[in-house]
Amino acid sequence: MKIAISVNSSDLEDKMDMRFGRAKKFMVYDTESKTNELIDNTQNLNAAQGAGIQSAQNVINAGVEAIITGHTGPKAYKLLSESGVKIYHSEEKCVKDIIADFTNGILKEADSADVEGHWI
Amino acid sequence: MIIAVASGKGGTGKTSVSVSLAKAIAELDSKVKLLDCDVEEPNANLLLECSRISETDFSVKIPSLDISCCTGCGKCAAICEFNCIAVVKERAVIFPDLCHSCGGCSLVCPEKCISEIESKTGVITKYSSGKIHLVQGILDIGKAMSPPLIREIKKNTESEIVIIDCPPGTSCPMVTAVSNADYVILVTEPTPFGLHDMTLAVDTLRKMKMNFGVVINRSDSGDDRVENYCRKENIEVIMKIRESIDAARAYSKGIPLYDALPEIKQDFISASKTIMKRAGEKI
Amino acid sequence: MKELVIISGKGGTGKTSLSAAFASLAENAVIADCDVDAADLHLVLSPEIVKSGLFESGKLASIDESKCVSCGKCSELCRFDAVKNNGGVFSIEETSCEGCGVCAHFCPAGAVIFEDRKCGEWYISKSRFGTVSHAKLFAGAENSGKLVSLVRKNAKEKAVEEKKDLIITDGPPGIGCPVIASITGADAVLIVTEPTLSGEHDLERIASLIKHFRIPFSVCVNRFDVNEEITSRIEKKTLELGGMVAGRIPYNKIFTQSQIRSLTVTESGCSEIENIIKNIWENICRRMMMTI
Repeated sequence: MKIAISVNSSDLEDKMDMRFGRAKKFMVYDTESKTNELIDNTQNLNAAQGAGIQSAQNVINAGVEAIITGHTGPKAYKLLSESGVKIYHSEEKCVKDIIADFTNGILKEADSADVEGHWI
Repeated sequence: MIIAVASGKGGTGKTSVSVSLAKAIAELDSKVKLLDCDVEEPNANLLLECSRISETDFSVKIPSLDISCCTGCGKCAAICEFNCIAVVKERAVIFPDLCHSCGGCSLVCPEKCISEIESKTGVITKYSSGKIHLVQGILDIGKAMSPPLIREIKKNTESEIVIIDCPPGTSCPMVTAVSNADYVILVTEPTPFGLHDMTLAVDTLRKMKMNFGVVINRSDSGDDRVENYCRKENIEVIMKIRESIDAARAYSKGIPLYDALPEIKQDFISASKTIMKRAGEKI
Repeated sequence: MKELVIISGKGGTGKTSLSAAFASLAENAVIADCDVDAADLHLVLSPEIVKSGLFESGKLASIDESKCVSCGKCSELCRFDAVKNNGGVFSIEETSCEGCGVCAHFCPAGAVIFEDRKCGEWYISKSRFGTVSHAKLFAGAENSGKLVSLVRKNAKEKAVEEKKDLIITDGPPGIGCPVIASITGADAVLIVTEPTLSGEHDLERIASLIKHFRIPFSVCVNRFDVNEEITSRIEKKTLELGGMVAGRIPYNKIFTQSQIRSLTVTESGCSEIENIIKNIWENICRRMMMTI
């Protein structure tokens, strides 16, 4: 299956981007083929309510079944969960370790948004 | 006759002036409707001895989607200027927090699967205080928008004389509260902040082509910059209220300017006559 | 880097005067004026603009008379009473237009022009206390909080660039969107209030908003000697709500006098008030360090 991780770059040694809505990029990792591709997330994040909703739309359209990030706001959370995408929260670690945590079943699913929305 | 009381700067005494004018007009033997449109922080009821008559919830319309007929065409998301609708996996998802209730999504849906439902955003309370009938709106905490609630409060204008206590500032809540008034009173104070904010309010009122005058509160507490500005700009100063620690103490306990000192009461009565005269005049 | 936001609930409590005083006491801060609807901080900070830009938000509709067929569809559909009909000539009132686009979408003659709305201007300036990020909202503009967010974003970027460890934000009055936009993500909030029934009432509303965001907050009563009984009630309530009492300030004409001289209250030579404010500032700083 495909999972999306909020990242700053394509470097697996690099730390994950803790924010989902404002992440510059997502790494889409395929757990079967163990390959990854980078998708850009710098669309118009200035639109009202833009960040969370647009980022969620972005990863959903990329066909992922789960996302891993540091924090998710209420709008992103709503859109992802209503679309059947599982949400996992992780501590700030390098992407390589996060993928390992996920594969080993260490990461827990988030049952709600964990940060406030920004209204704007 | 609708008289709006506004200010650029907050804390200039707008509410105390609104209540005092209402009392002065009531004293002149007229029924008055006082509309408290400062819906984020309404205070008029704290300055009046009043009894509550009714309390009703206020709701705005937000879209509700019938998923069974949604085809994911995206027309609703496309028309929404406020990013309240996202379309993923061939269905729409609605985020009503910033919905402006324009009705566009419901109108544009080809399958007619968006209907509008009510979402509570505030409360309207009516009070009675002698000849003064107070209608107050209060916005629920965390709710985004004042204007719809303000518009609803302003439907209560079946009275000969209506006074509107407006929110401070010059952005859309103030504009909504002030619009269509026959006369606007700007309450200010003679300080740099007071003058600066008043000039912004004056620009707004001129843009809206409104008839207005100024009340200078705590008129001896600063300098003469506000009076100089009014003279230069040909703006009528309706009333000046001197600074008074007794009036400040009285206000802190919920006593409006009108009842704080006898000389102020007389000033309000004559000011209200002038204001009503101006409100009756066409520009 | 931490951010302190100063708000008031009720307007006119002395929030901006106190923010300016803190700006003069802080050694390593960037200042943000988020009271964009009637911004006043610049009147005592006297900033010199270094950079500025236009702030566009939302849209505005207008009618092209040459294309309009006077069918009245726009008026029928507009929920904001923004369409005016002057003897068959239709026009849109700018201050009433919400920018929803319904009229533009449904006009059969394509006569509605629908374009980006210029809502204000943002500025980055320098002052005797450091960099100031501020803005001006145009009259009648929608105050959604987006300009507030932009001012904070600019302040944050400058703070990182200049290696400052604190942002002092003068917030807006009220409890609506602009206030919410000014406090999300803040490290501490100071509520400046006054000892009146109105001040007390408004404090409760603003405190419940802050608790919702789980930000540590403190309260300072300005002009406390106007009503000491209400001051005590407010301070007691603050503690009950889990906030800190930062201090209390007596009524003093120095607030207006220094404003008239375009000075902050702590530059005005009144040592009584200076010491009181310094004390409040130290209490707040200590509390912010404690919540690392």
